[in-house]
Amino acid sequence: MSGEQAGPTEALNYESGDGDDGGAPPRRAAPHVLPLAPVVANEAGAALRLRDLGDVWAFRELLYFLTWRDIRVRYKQTAMGAAWAIIQPLVMMLVFAVVFGMMGVPTDGMPYFIFFYCGLLPWTFFSGAVTNSSLSLVTNGNLISKVYFPRVLIPTATIGAGLVDLAVASVILVLLAFYYGMPATRNLLMLPVLVVLTVLMSLGLGMWLAALTVKYRDVRHVLPFTLQVWFFVTPIIYPANLLDVKWRWLLYLNPMTGIVEGLRSAISGRAFDWPSIAFSATVTLAVLVISIFAFNRIEKSFADLI
Amino acid sequence: MKPIIKVENLSKSYRIGELEAGYATLREAVARKVAASLRRRMRRGEAGETLWALKDLDFTVQPGEVLGLIGHNGAGKSTLLKVLSRITVPTTGRTEVYGRIGTLLEVGTGFHPDLTGRENIYLNGAILGIRRAEIARKLDEIIAFAELEKFIDTPVKWYSTGMYLRLAFSVASNLDTEVLFMDEVLAVGDVGFQQKCLDKMHEIRQQGRTILFVSHSMAAVTRLCQRVIWLDHGRMVQDGPAHAVVNDYLGTAWKVTAERVWGEEEEAPGDHVVRLRRVRARERGGATAESLDIRHPVGIELTYDVLVEGEVLTPKVELLNEEGAALFSAHDVGERWRYRPRPVGRYVSTVWIPGNYLAEGNLRAHASIVSHTPATVLHAPAPNAVGFQVVDSQHKDSARGDYVGPIPGLVRPLLDWTTEFDAGDAAVPETVPDTTESLEVPT
Repeated sequence: MSGEQAGPTEALNYESGDGDDGGAPPRRAAPHVLPLAPVVANEAGAALRLRDLGDVWAFRELLYFLTWRDIRVRYKQTAMGAAWAIIQPLVMMLVFAVVFGMMGVPTDGMPYFIFFYCGLLPWTFFSGAVTNSSLSLVTNGNLISKVYFPRVLIPTATIGAGLVDLAVASVILVLLAFYYGMPATRNLLMLPVLVVLTVLMSLGLGMWLAALTVKYRDVRHVLPFTLQVWFFVTPIIYPANLLDVKWRWLLYLNPMTGIVEGLRSAISGRAFDWPSIAFSATVTLAVLVISIFAFNRIEKSFADLI
Repeated sequence: MKPIIKVENLSKSYRIGELEAGYATLREAVARKVAASLRRRMRRGEAGETLWALKDLDFTVQPGEVLGLIGHNGAGKSTLLKVLSRITVPTTGRTEVYGRIGTLLEVGTGFHPDLTGRENIYLNGAILGIRRAEIARKLDEIIAFAELEKFIDTPVKWYSTGMYLRLAFSVASNLDTEVLFMDEVLAVGDVGFQQKCLDKMHEIRQQGRTILFVSHSMAAVTRLCQRVIWLDHGRMVQDGPAHAVVNDYLGTAWKVTAERVWGEEEEAPGDHVVRLRRVRARERGGATAESLDIRHPVGIELTYDVLVEGEVLTPKVELLNEEGAALFSAHDVGERWRYRPRPVGRYVSTVWIPGNYLAEGNLRAHASIVSHTPATVLHAPAPNAVGFQVVDSQHKDSARGDYVGPIPGLVRPLLDWTTEFDAGDAAVPETVPDTTESLEVPT
């Protein structure tokens, strides 16, 4: 167990090799030429710099791995696996269709199942993504206090993982659309736009809440019932036009309204309510920009607070 | 050469309230804001509320250097690594690192219990900012080093602590980051693996990679690092050659120096029979030896007063290395006083340890006076009485010869070798002239 080396070793005064970064693995006493700019620099001050964005790009593979980890972990040791992504909105849809169907809630002439599912699909994603990402920094506290990487990747990865669930749950919508013979119109082209909007909205809110949770753990208690209230002020179990035109703008203040109603229009082929979608997009972008700055401001102190 | 790590005017403070509370609730935050502004209005700029984890640090590290960071708990060692790796932001100043950083700050950092060993290797690599292709290329090497071939597809939550540690060390050390931070990792794991880690670190050093090594084991620090920075309360106390800094650090930490004097008889170790008055490590010439050339003999000198007549007394010295391992225990078996009751008076006894016998490092000596008749009685025990350092300055005439690397062993005697050789008809060549440089290490 002695650790003697054979013969004189040591190579303290080496020459700089030519900085072949991806070179052959067996390198001996041939260090890299030092880069001109520091690879890791840290200084006082908290302004958002362009370099931070470059960092996110440099760590893009980590985003992939964190997302993949979140997915792997979520369905590890579950008997049903990814089926849970379908079961949850499906059961909700059945419940709502039965309860509100019997109550005779108007559905703009759409089949009950499709009507409710169009509301539940983006909502399930949104509420799940916001809840998970708001807790993500705290649950990854050990990572944050031990290693550096752009912190924004953590809430982003949570949303990425939710996106996989969304894709799985969308299968039901496709099946329902076929079953009820929904028309394939140009409106379907809006689907990707709506998905992107939902993702950005979730990302903006999730990021901001995640940063806030690091500092104020109150968020954890506030969020569940806020989301519950939000659910009811979003036209998920009722159509937006249930409200009088005079008050409908109130509904549109909620960015989720434009998304849910937009999804219904895309599937059913009816005309889009463009102002509401535009409003959703505006609110979403505003939230995103604000949260990027808020996140950056708190980010620097994460390791000290967690 | 251009430094790979630059630290300029670096300070980091915490508000003490922040440290205590960790995180706040909205209500507390509001309350504190109000209270703070009130207080500020009443007493401006009150000191004592901030704790400086790091204060005014300035230094650079050259590529390939192995720098040790030592200091008491809370001295700022870990905070420094955290600032360097951007985990936390400095309050003033800046740091620059010209290379990727691999961190091994705690066992299994970033491992997810539900993922398998293999999956965690990829995840860990990604966290360190390393491309998937590079990880894939290194995968077999990492698994083999960790000795986890059989369990690599098992979730790490079923791993033992040792397996966990081996995997973590293997990932961090086998991925080719230019800079490696290590914080007290070698303290865990079985002896075999610890040795493997040490060997690996020597290998990393030879590759020209830069290591920052935080440890409380002075043995590990002196063995691995050429240079050591000693931090205390966030400030740099000393920056210099490993042996010199460690020696001074241990001097303050243990409160042992090369000479110890007890001025008052009542405070001196001992009983009604005998009292120790002075213990020191000395050279042949008589000078007190804080730092000793490995080739020179060293004496441990005991000065003591015998207070009662008629006792047969034996002075005794026990030598320990910095890990607390006893090297030997020696007592006087010379004829002069062996069976002779001692008259009252002052005595000075010195035990001589030959040159080229001790290993380099920091040594401590327990001194005592005992009597053996009728039963063994420990009259004057002085544990950790003195400490001194043995330096092997690579003069080539020590047991080290021309070898400059680390040498294991509790002692390092210069021994005789014989070699028998049957040359037959072949001519024995002349000796090759020695071209290696003789190196003086400042102490």
